[in-house]
Amino acid sequence: MNTETRAATADHHHDDHAHGSLSTYLLGFVLSVALTAVPFWLVMSGALGNKQVTALVITVFAIVQIVVHMIYFLHMSPKSENGWSMMALIFTIVMVVIAMSGSVWVMNHLNSNMMPIHQMTGTK
Amino acid sequence: MTIAIKPTQSGEPLFYLADEHPHPEGWSTSLGFWIYLMSDCLIFAILFATYGVLSGNYAAGPAPKDLFDLSLVAVNTTMLLLSSITYGFAMLTMQQNKIGQTQLWLAITGLFGLAFIGIELTEFAHMIHEGATPQRSAFLSSFFTLVATHGLHVTFGLVWLVTLMTQVARFGLIEANRRRLMCLSMFWHFLDVVWIGVFTFVYLMGMLR
Repeated sequence: MNTETRAATADHHHDDHAHGSLSTYLLGFVLSVALTAVPFWLVMSGALGNKQVTALVITVFAIVQIVVHMIYFLHMSPKSENGWSMMALIFTIVMVVIAMSGSVWVMNHLNSNMMPIHQMTGTK
Repeated sequence: MTIAIKPTQSGEPLFYLADEHPHPEGWSTSLGFWIYLMSDCLIFAILFATYGVLSGNYAAGPAPKDLFDLSLVAVNTTMLLLSSITYGFAMLTMQQNKIGQTQLWLAITGLFGLAFIGIELTEFAHMIHEGATPQRSAFLSSFFTLVATHGLHVTFGLVWLVTLMTQVARFGLIEANRRRLMCLSMFWHFLDVVWIGVFTFVYLMGMLR
């Protein structure tokens, strides 16, 4: 590798992370204010009536807001750090989904598999 | 890396790794810090999972509806959101080499963060005063663990912020300080992302129960 490509590689490493501009920060802020205000309003006013529907809708809002923060505040892109940031993020998301859904699922079934209380007290 | 190959007479080594090239100091810091944040994310995932499992176990004690004040949580969320955008402004002014403005935005970010912590502690104090202590039920144990872990992160973020403001005041916006401010930026925005999970799944969903 000659010196010119070396210098180019060094520059490339150096400039890897995106920085964002005033307009992207402001856009991210406006989006996240809206994505925060609507779920609060939905729950506080009970506008949707049905609780399960409300829970589903605010979950969707939370996921969208997390994506907005990732893009506009954390400057995530498939290209940052040659894709390694995205790779680490995807791995973490997989782990998080397994840990959370798995825990809730297993623990709920554990409850229903426990010996009923009247059988436990019957031996006394 | 030690390579046990003697240089030849011309001074050129026989073998060398063609991929190895010099890196400027700190070139891998942001990726390393990102991976730290991902591991932090796993800590929060476990705390969220624990809360998810235990959030219905009130032990005949108070339920979310009796304890949470959504308007207070809304104010708190606003504080954290505002601190995120002001930190963004600090990063933008840092790129323009405006030390004074950077410090000003960092200070404003710190004040919003302090307001967040203050409101959260007020909320905790109010709950504990009403007898809703972490010992009261499994729901409250997991609630305090999750929310206070986030609050502790913000507190340490504030300590870090003051440290960096001192660094910038002493040494200016040198390369090392820019890198540190970049890491804190990721940390701060990451905590905001975690808070989205907290206000949605703990507070809003709690009120729906």
